Amino acid sequence: MTSYLVRRVAGALVILMIISAITFYLFYAVPRDPARAFCGKICQPETLALIRHNLGMDEPLFVQYWHWLAGIFTGREFVQFGECPAPCLGYSFATQEPVFGAIVDRFPVTLSLTLGASVVILAFGIMTGMIAAWKVGQPLDKIASASSVVGASLQIYFVGPLLAFYLVDTLQLIPRPSYVPITENPVEWFTHLLLPWVVLSIIFTANYTRMTRSQMVEQLAEDYVRTARAKGMSSKAVFFRFAWRGAMIPIVTIFGVDLATLLGGAIITEQTFSLHGIGELAVRAVQNTDLPMLLGVTIVGAAAIVLLNILVDVLYAFIDPRVRLT
Amino acid sequence: MTFPSSTATDAGAESADTADAAGTAGSGPAVVGRSPGQLMWRRFRRDKTGVVSAIIVLAFFLIALLAPVIASLYGKDPYTTYGQNQPGLLNDFGYPIAPNGGISGDFWFGLEPGLGRDVFTQLVFGIRTSLSIALVVTVITTIIGVAMGITSGYLGGKTDYVIGRVIDTLLAFPSQLFLIVFLPVVEAAIVLPEEETPVWLRYVSICVVLTVLGWATIARLLRAQVLSLRAREFVEAARVTGASPFRVIFKELLPNLWTPIIIQSTLALPLYVGAEAGLGFLGVGMTEPTPDWGRMFQVGVNVYHSDVTYLLFPGVAMLIFVVAFNLLGDSIRDAFDPKTKR
Repeated sequence: MTSYLVRRVAGALVILMIISAITFYLFYAVPRDPARAFCGKICQPETLALIRHNLGMDEPLFVQYWHWLAGIFTGREFVQFGECPAPCLGYSFATQEPVFGAIVDRFPVTLSLTLGASVVILAFGIMTGMIAAWKVGQPLDKIASASSVVGASLQIYFVGPLLAFYLVDTLQLIPRPSYVPITENPVEWFTHLLLPWVVLSIIFTANYTRMTRSQMVEQLAEDYVRTARAKGMSSKAVFFRFAWRGAMIPIVTIFGVDLATLLGGAIITEQTFSLHGIGELAVRAVQNTDLPMLLGVTIVGAAAIVLLNILVDVLYAFIDPRVRLT
Repeated sequence: MTFPSSTATDAGAESADTADAAGTAGSGPAVVGRSPGQLMWRRFRRDKTGVVSAIIVLAFFLIALLAPVIASLYGKDPYTTYGQNQPGLLNDFGYPIAPNGGISGDFWFGLEPGLGRDVFTQLVFGIRTSLSIALVVTVITTIIGVAMGITSGYLGGKTDYVIGRVIDTLLAFPSQLFLIVFLPVVEAAIVLPEEETPVWLRYVSICVVLTVLGWATIARLLRAQVLSLRAREFVEAARVTGASPFRVIFKELLPNLWTPIIIQSTLALPLYVGAEAGLGFLGVGMTEPTPDWGRMFQVGVNVYHSDVTYLLFPGVAMLIFVVAFNLLGDSIRDAFDPKTKR
């Protein structure tokens, strides 16, 4: 287990190195002068020269990349702009702050959003899927299947404002979505994020309903289920003690793949409800052509996905004893 | 040696043969041989959901294709700011005076708050922009994905390893994030910062970014299919008889790959419509004044407190389109492969 983890993390670091090198190259090899982009419309030549020097643009690209990499461990100093303590992922000249700090500030928002949505997706999706499988062919199953087709076709930027209009503006059932730190007030943290969670999970839940249903139906046709039934185990016990474990394995795999999509959904959800998370940071950075910020967000996003995938693989071993992590 | 292909000539020849045979036999019900393509078409025609969905999807493509005709019959265009030009349409805050977003006989879907443009033509032309991007991207990703998948699966070895790793890496990353991050980079590579980005360039860069991040899905699927087909007897037989790789790929492998290719591309198109609209929504898609489906949501999110009607038209239209396309995809899959149960 330990050696497996060490190998996976090492592999992840290599992938992140490659990604950061490619992203770095793409960002700084384009003929657009980043210094000029940061400098703004009324650009003094001295400021331009300074930013140029601070970016190390007089040096070859791989040296620049090396400085960027080294900065993660040692921190960097940007004269006139400010300090960028380790871990330094670069310094945003557009917003005048270290990239890592900006990401850390917004991290709790995106984490709360995606974690909460994951709970809703898995709990609700698996539950409805199991109900549909339990009542296979009956009206409840048909309703679940039909609504999952519609649910999967919905768009966050359409359902989000629509629900906000009816539930928040008109009926005033829930407060306007915003982020209240959980350490400050857990109840308000929950109620203010409720709508974003629901909206972000709608499109995914439908998929999990469908998958859980078909997986359960498949598992119930397996030999071991027949054996258990033949030995006198009640169908309820087979369903809840045996079959669902087998059905969960592909679900966990797909969830690992979906995490990346979920992060993408979080960007749109943040924009829909004006939550100041990492996605909103990325969108604003795109609008300002804030390349250091974009580079930082990309690397952090990629790192999150890679690490979460390792976590999902480890989770397998707990659900399915047949899986050996070697 | 080759598996039956679904081309029209084959089908014609085959049915003619059997018709002759039936004619000489003279009695009993005529046994008509059918090509896989015909079988698929017959199964599809019997599927009511599929046929209705196909009609809806076709209607959307027709609307997109005929947008200028529709607009000229309707008598308005998506660029004129009617609400600002004519008094009595928008109030002091820029919202339509008439109820339900200003719906009237003149403006079927109402007026856009603020600029006062016509929502109906905005939507029709927006669908045109979004669908054309989605269609272009689907075609290109399918071609690249098929080429890469077949190359990777057929050649194997080092080529397979390299392509496989590239596919894995592409699929593991948050594509929405990469989409918005790389759009400015693609543009920056071509346009100087002082220049305004031309509309066609934004169109091309959206297509490029969606394609670069999109081909991996179909490539991985095709690679797996080719790997299993490559080991089958008919492919080996073709190789032993000295068929060139070109012949093996186009005459032996490809006819067996049409089903997954068509299924995969019908699944992909609505996703690209969503992705393109997502870019528009986030403010990094098509720029003003080009009408865009996704950008209508961006406006909608800003005005929904006072005018929720504006959001309904693009939203409901997209919901209908995506549901219809997904159902159509399911029906096509069932028609091609009646064994699969969902």
